[in-house]
Amino acid sequence: MIKIENLHKYFENKKVLNGVNLDIEEGTSSVIIGGSGTGKSVLIKCILGLLTPDEGKISIKNNLIFENGKFKKSSKIKIGMLFQGGALFDSLRIWQNVSFYNIQNGKNKKFCFEDAILNLEKVGLNKDVINLYPSELSGGMQKRVALARAISIKPDIIFFDEPTTGLDPISADVINKLIIEKVRDIGATSLTITHDMSSARTISDSIHMLHKGEIIWEGNRDTIESTDNPFVVQFINGLSEGPIN
Amino acid sequence: MITITRNIGKVVILFLNNTGHFFIFFTKILRSFFKPWYFKNIINQMTFIGYFSLPVVSLTSFFTGGALALQIYYGGNQFNSETIVSSIVALGITRELGPVLGGIVVAGRVSSAIAAELGTMKVTEQIDALKTLSADPISYLIVPRIISGIIMLPILIIFADIIGIMGGWFIGTQSLGFNGSVYIQNTIDFLEVSDISSGLIKASFFGFIITIMGCYQGFNSSGGAQGVGKATTNAVVSASVLILASNYIMTNLFFAS
Repeated sequence: MIKIENLHKYFENKKVLNGVNLDIEEGTSSVIIGGSGTGKSVLIKCILGLLTPDEGKISIKNNLIFENGKFKKSSKIKIGMLFQGGALFDSLRIWQNVSFYNIQNGKNKKFCFEDAILNLEKVGLNKDVINLYPSELSGGMQKRVALARAISIKPDIIFFDEPTTGLDPISADVINKLIIEKVRDIGATSLTITHDMSSARTISDSIHMLHKGEIIWEGNRDTIESTDNPFVVQFINGLSEGPIN
Repeated sequence: MITITRNIGKVVILFLNNTGHFFIFFTKILRSFFKPWYFKNIINQMTFIGYFSLPVVSLTSFFTGGALALQIYYGGNQFNSETIVSSIVALGITRELGPVLGGIVVAGRVSSAIAAELGTMKVTEQIDALKTLSADPISYLIVPRIISGIIMLPILIIFADIIGIMGGWFIGTQSLGFNGSVYIQNTIDFLEVSDISSGLIKASFFGFIITIMGCYQGFNSSGGAQGVGKATTNAVVSASVLILASNYIMTNLFFAS
């Protein structure tokens, strides 16, 4: 579904992605783990086209979308994204946020309003919040609204950027379960970046570890517990001593 | 000597880099003008830039007109002052002070607000979110602001001109003992259409400067709250300096011959 070959990204003289290779199968939930500053968010933004990589290839559904330093005409693949902070539009009401894509595509107000209620119900929010602004909701509720917005476009692929960051453990578990359910319901392929191991274990079919801009380990939630890779062992156990500085 | 040369070189490179960056941004905006317009956003921005700036522009203009009348009266020859004060206040307000002071006041209010709003959207990834939802951020956020600035500034300055002249009239009749109707008649007799239209052309260009500087600084801000604060300051300072510089150039173009 998503194939990344030898992807490089520099910021001035700093190399953030150093030849990333990644293959994600259709309909699976993949998780990229790694410490802060290892290039996880940069990788996801390169796939989304929000940042332009310096070298490498990106293919989605066998369509080469990036090659030789240039993005090619985007194929008609719908991609949803749940941003770390939610990235809800503060000046718009909740229903306008959730139905933003439909509003932009000229759907009528009644349809957009009802579709927003439907999508909010899918993430466990009732219609009491529909006319509020994002700043009037708690962090957990904002994440749910952001998830409702991401699934409202019925995407083929959904990216989750640190979906549980800043949430209490119970809210984080709710978000994890919603991610599993909703991704399965719409049949999408998902790619999550996180450093929350509990979240990674819950939502992943496959796990990839990124360190200093390279994928240094790949496996799944079972093999990650038994690996002897010192980087993975240090990371999943949260040890201060080890090869990761 | 080498250090001085190196520092000058750094400044020149930085200037060229920023200028190039700005022109790339400007080209993207020009291209977006030919894409569908977000009329609802344009109406919202016209309300914000025009309607909500009216009180502050009116106050500024009223007091400027009054102060100008006093200065001309006390600084000049008080003989035949009724004609001189009314005509110079009218000329000064419509040609220069209305558009320039109005522009600077709106720059302080609008350019900073645009930079802060877009800067916050940038650092909280709302602009990235727009892209993932298939909305072009330049068409959605920037084009409506620039169109509104270009349209609303001249309208604001029409009000500023009228209120500024009324400020001069008020001081003239209340403090300087002028006859109100004679003052107004002198103003009407002396003013020409070109005096007003030159001010409105300037205002339209200032509206462009105010909005594009706010958008440019906000859209390119980074680094959290500090970055947004820096973008806001830069927007106001650059818009104000450009208003004053372009005013000089336009005055030269309109009136030098």
